[in-house]
Amino acid sequence: MLTDFGRIFIFFIVGAIFTAGGLMTSWLFRPKRYYPQKLSTYECGEEPIGDSRVKINVRFYVVALIFVVFEVEVLFIFPWALIFQKVGMFAYLEMLFFLLILIVGYAYVWAKGDLDWDKPIPVIPQLSKLLNNKS
Amino acid sequence: MGLLDKQFEDGNIVITSLDNLLNWARLSSLWQMQFGLACCAIEMMAASASNFDMMRFGVIPRATPRQCDVMIVSGTVTLKMASRIKRLYDQMSEPRYVISMGSCSNCGGPYWEHGYHVLKGVDRIIPVDVYVPGCPPRPEALLEGLIKLQEKVRNYSSVKSVA
Repeated sequence: MLTDFGRIFIFFIVGAIFTAGGLMTSWLFRPKRYYPQKLSTYECGEEPIGDSRVKINVRFYVVALIFVVFEVEVLFIFPWALIFQKVGMFAYLEMLFFLLILIVGYAYVWAKGDLDWDKPIPVIPQLSKLLNNKS
Repeated sequence: MGLLDKQFEDGNIVITSLDNLLNWARLSSLWQMQFGLACCAIEMMAASASNFDMMRFGVIPRATPRQCDVMIVSGTVTLKMASRIKRLYDQMSEPRYVISMGSCSNCGGPYWEHGYHVLKGVDRIIPVDVYVPGCPPRPEALLEGLIKLQEKVRNYSSVKSVA
C-alpha cells in the first residue's frame, strides 16, 4: 500500500527516467564533432576576452544588507498598518520603537561612512601644463 | 562521435525507418539563429511575424548558437561581420544548416564590383545549403527556401557514404 509520499516518490522516479532517457537518446544519435572554435565561449560572435569571473566591489554587500533590512521593515509595517486601528496607541509606540532601533543602525552606517561611494578623482586639464608639455 | 552517427559504412547496413524518424524530427524543429544583418532581416522578421508565421514550420528563433540548427544569413555580409559569422557558425552544434538570404549574401549583390567592404558571397566562409534569391526576397521566398531546406534534411542519411 502506497502512502502519499510513496506516490510522490513514483513521480520522482518517472521524472528521472524521463530526463535520463531523453539525454541518453540524444547521446546515441547526436553527432559529436568538437574543435576549439566550437567549444569557445559564446560572446555574440566576438572573441572571448579574459575570465568570466568578475570582481564585484565589496561595498555592494553593505548596501545590499541595508536594503534587505529596510525592505523587511516595510514588510513589517504593512500588517501593522492593517491592525493599527484595533490595537491603538500601544501599536503606535511599538512601531516607533522598532523604527528607532533601525534608524540608530542607519545612522551608525552613515556615520561610519559606508554609504560614501569612492568616486574617481577627475583630472582637470590645465592650460599651463598643456603648454609646458608642448614646448 | 555519436554512437550511431556515421559509424556504419554504406552498403553493409541500411537504416531506413530510424533515419526517417530522425530526419522528420530535425526538419520539423529547425531552430533558427536569431540575428539579422541588413534589410533582408526586415523581411525575415516579417516572415516570423503572424502574417507568414515561420513558427508553423517549427522555426523558433533562439538567442544562442548552441541551440540552433539553421543560420539564416539575412543581408549584406561585411568583411568585419564575416569573421563573426564564421565564429558563430563554428559555435553551432551539428546538424547545422545555412540559408543564404538575398543577393548580398549569395554573391555580394549590388556590392559585387565596387563594394570594398563586402564579402562576395557568404559561401566563401561557410557552407551554404539553400540560396534564396531576391533583393530583398519576400517572406514567401524565404519560406520556400525553408521548405527546400526541409526537403534536403529529409534525405539526410546517418550512414557513412562510401564514394
